[in-house]
Amino acid sequence: MAISFLDNNEKDSIMLKAAVLKNRLGSETSMREESQPEQIRASFLSDSVFKTALNVSAVFMLLILAGIFVTLVLESIPSIKAAGFSFLTGKTWDPVFREYGTFVFLVGTLVTSFLALIISIPFSLAIALFSGEYFRQGVFSSFLKSAVELLAGIPSVVYGFWALLILVPLVRTFEMKAGIIPYGVGILTASLILAVMIVPYSASIGSDIISLVPSDLKEAALSLGSTRFEMIMKVVFPYARSGICAGILLSLGRAIGETMAVTMVIGNSNLMPENIFSPANTMASIIANEFTEATGDVYVSSLIEVGLVLLLVSLIITVTGRYIINRTSMQQ
Amino acid sequence: MESQVLKVTNFSAHFSGNQVVNNVSMKVAHNKVTALMGPSGCGKTTLLRCINRMHELIPEAGVSGSILLHNKDIYRMNPILVRKKIGMVFQKPNPFPTMSIYDNVIAGYKLNGISLKRDEKNRIVEDSLKKSALWNEVKDRLYKKGSFLSGGQQQRLCIARALAMNPDILLMDEPTSALDPKATSHIEELLTELKNNITILLVTHNIAQAARVSDFTAFMYLGNMVEFGLTEKLFTVPEDKRTEEYLSGKFG
Amino acid sequence: MTDGKLVFRIIKDRLFQAVVILFSFAMIVPLFLIIYYIIRNGISVINWEFLVSLPKPMGDIGGGIANAVVGTAMLVIVATVFAVPLGVCAGIYLSENKKGRIAYSVRLCMEILQGVPSIVIGIIAYSWIVLSMGTFSALSGGVALAIMMLPVIVRATEETLKLIPENLREASLALGVPYSRTIIKVIVPAGLTGILTGVLLGIARIAGETAPLLFTAFGNPFMNINIFKPVDSLPMLIFNYATSPYPLWHAMAWGASFVLVVLVLGLNIVTKVITNRWKVRF
Repeated sequence: MAISFLDNNEKDSIMLKAAVLKNRLGSETSMREESQPEQIRASFLSDSVFKTALNVSAVFMLLILAGIFVTLVLESIPSIKAAGFSFLTGKTWDPVFREYGTFVFLVGTLVTSFLALIISIPFSLAIALFSGEYFRQGVFSSFLKSAVELLAGIPSVVYGFWALLILVPLVRTFEMKAGIIPYGVGILTASLILAVMIVPYSASIGSDIISLVPSDLKEAALSLGSTRFEMIMKVVFPYARSGICAGILLSLGRAIGETMAVTMVIGNSNLMPENIFSPANTMASIIANEFTEATGDVYVSSLIEVGLVLLLVSLIITVTGRYIINRTSMQQ
Repeated sequence: MESQVLKVTNFSAHFSGNQVVNNVSMKVAHNKVTALMGPSGCGKTTLLRCINRMHELIPEAGVSGSILLHNKDIYRMNPILVRKKIGMVFQKPNPFPTMSIYDNVIAGYKLNGISLKRDEKNRIVEDSLKKSALWNEVKDRLYKKGSFLSGGQQQRLCIARALAMNPDILLMDEPTSALDPKATSHIEELLTELKNNITILLVTHNIAQAARVSDFTAFMYLGNMVEFGLTEKLFTVPEDKRTEEYLSGKFG
Repeated sequence: MTDGKLVFRIIKDRLFQAVVILFSFAMIVPLFLIIYYIIRNGISVINWEFLVSLPKPMGDIGGGIANAVVGTAMLVIVATVFAVPLGVCAGIYLSENKKGRIAYSVRLCMEILQGVPSIVIGIIAYSWIVLSMGTFSALSGGVALAIMMLPVIVRATEETLKLIPENLREASLALGVPYSRTIIKVIVPAGLTGILTGVLLGIARIAGETAPLLFTAFGNPFMNINIFKPVDSLPMLIFNYATSPYPLWHAMAWGASFVLVVLVLGLNIVTKVITNRWKVRF
């Protein structure tokens, strides 16, 4: 048996073989081969068109975000020129006298959001522990999870409507009994409804983070004779601390940007709030309330600058939270 | 009287600075099974992927030397054309999960936008499935999803898919490494039947498999072609000491 | 280590567990209250008439929310038409170019975009479209909602395509299928369930949004199907009626809330069913 194919100088014979082989494959194949050059060109064209389309859409995402910032800054210029730095520190917002100080709204936003956060933390931590540690599976856990998802799915305007008709009278009754001016609407009401709205976010992030705590660490603590409570305090919380904080930060970011529910129950007062029962305005609610009625360039521009400040404040919080989460999940 | 389908000359491949295949030359004979064996990491899979020009899909990959398919340099051809002419079967069975068994077999035509007549399609599907010894098992459920078959059946479906394109040569990258012993012997039987009609280049790290199914064997070690020749000869009187050591299980 | 101390520790442990359970289920109370009021007050106004007729002038009994239903449908369609092709393409880009500066910036950009307050997006759509066209319009509202939808779709597409095994792509390329066809005919179909889920979640996210519509789609008490004119929408209608002092309009708002909540929660449920049922097996 001669291994002729190991011989290098057999070009002709091989060409012949190739031709025979090609013939054997039948007419259908050769027809395909004839039409191939065209097909290949077409497919290369579409490959490059396709890749270009992908690139363009990716770059477009960057352009949208850049466009958002550029637009906000450009549209804010008249207001920045008119008010300068006193825009942030001024305590009077009076469009009639062309005074645009937003310090009141900054305070309103921060107080409402932090109050909501404080109210929500015990609940979201409890839910996070419930579904991330105590009951990972089972009917109760999935029931709770669906309930939290339902809460997250309800539109903000529906929350606002419900709060306006149900929660406001409740708060008013409470205020009457406590001897405070019974507005009903105000910072506390807004914070209460905001708290309900942000619990789903911090709870779901928290339970994800808590369920990531390695079980061998937890078992080690239990095997040393600690109770589950001690194990949670000494092992789970320290381990998951940064993740839980990030979840809380993210829900704070949501609370700051939340518009509708707050606008409907905060009372829309441009005066500095005296206590948590006072009506107030947040940065988001002042825009929602006055934007369509604003007349004059500086008035509109001032509202847009409020939007810019709102964006920057919530971005700093969201990006910090995301950064912490990405770092923690990378460590896992 | 035999001839060569594929000729690899002084071929090297690297990616991100690592030389994976080093100045390799070999030939693949018409309608024979040629086995490419060696310990893992020896470059055999890379060489195989270079032949189908799949290697270049990895960023920072490069090659030198030549690979001739029927005396035409595949690196001077359009990669899409090369891949149409050269069939490939992978380590893990990879039928298209969204397609039926029938569509999986003619996937090469379908995805390339080649329209075929109904009876032509039927003929190709039946032929290819018969060649890959799967026809009897699936003929009643051709329109079910391919991913519901067993591992061995899935691999034979992938072989049918490659055969349907009438390739000049069929490359197989450890086609049985993800299968159980029974499915493996099934595929090996299939290989010995298939070689009457098609040229096969088989990568394997299983010495026994190379001995069982191949006519020629190449032994690669650390990117180099250590020895290449008739399987009988390589297994009985190896020329290189490293081949001998590998065959006797001293390394790998 | 006295027994008393141990008992105390055990009591503390049990107490903590009880508190966790109590607080967890306390959150269900507002949920039930909200759902309860929406159902109780909503069901009584809802009938076929309510869904297909237009609002009546103030004081007249009856009337419906047909204009808002149609408006919401238009806004969702406009947003989907803009966001889905762009978002899916960008998602494919991200899964194809896992590393690289552009991919990194796009990912960061999506995270930032997700955190942009919805009212700010309203300002943007106002500046970009309402100002240049000189009128409030369904188009501007749709664009605002599209910007809100994009991060959801991009993320869902990227995450889905990332999970598709590499060998599937190789199988297709090895058959000589060009890159673009491999992506469109093999990779995207394999991830279709995930992408569809992302689109539906995106729609669920925007269908209930009000803030971006305040000064874009604006609202309209009449039926309008011209995308260059203002339209009403369910959330806007709820907002306008809810903040009015008329109980009759409050009743309408409850009805609209019911419709909106059923729509949004229905989308969430459909999404879940799709994810569980149509999962592609690899």
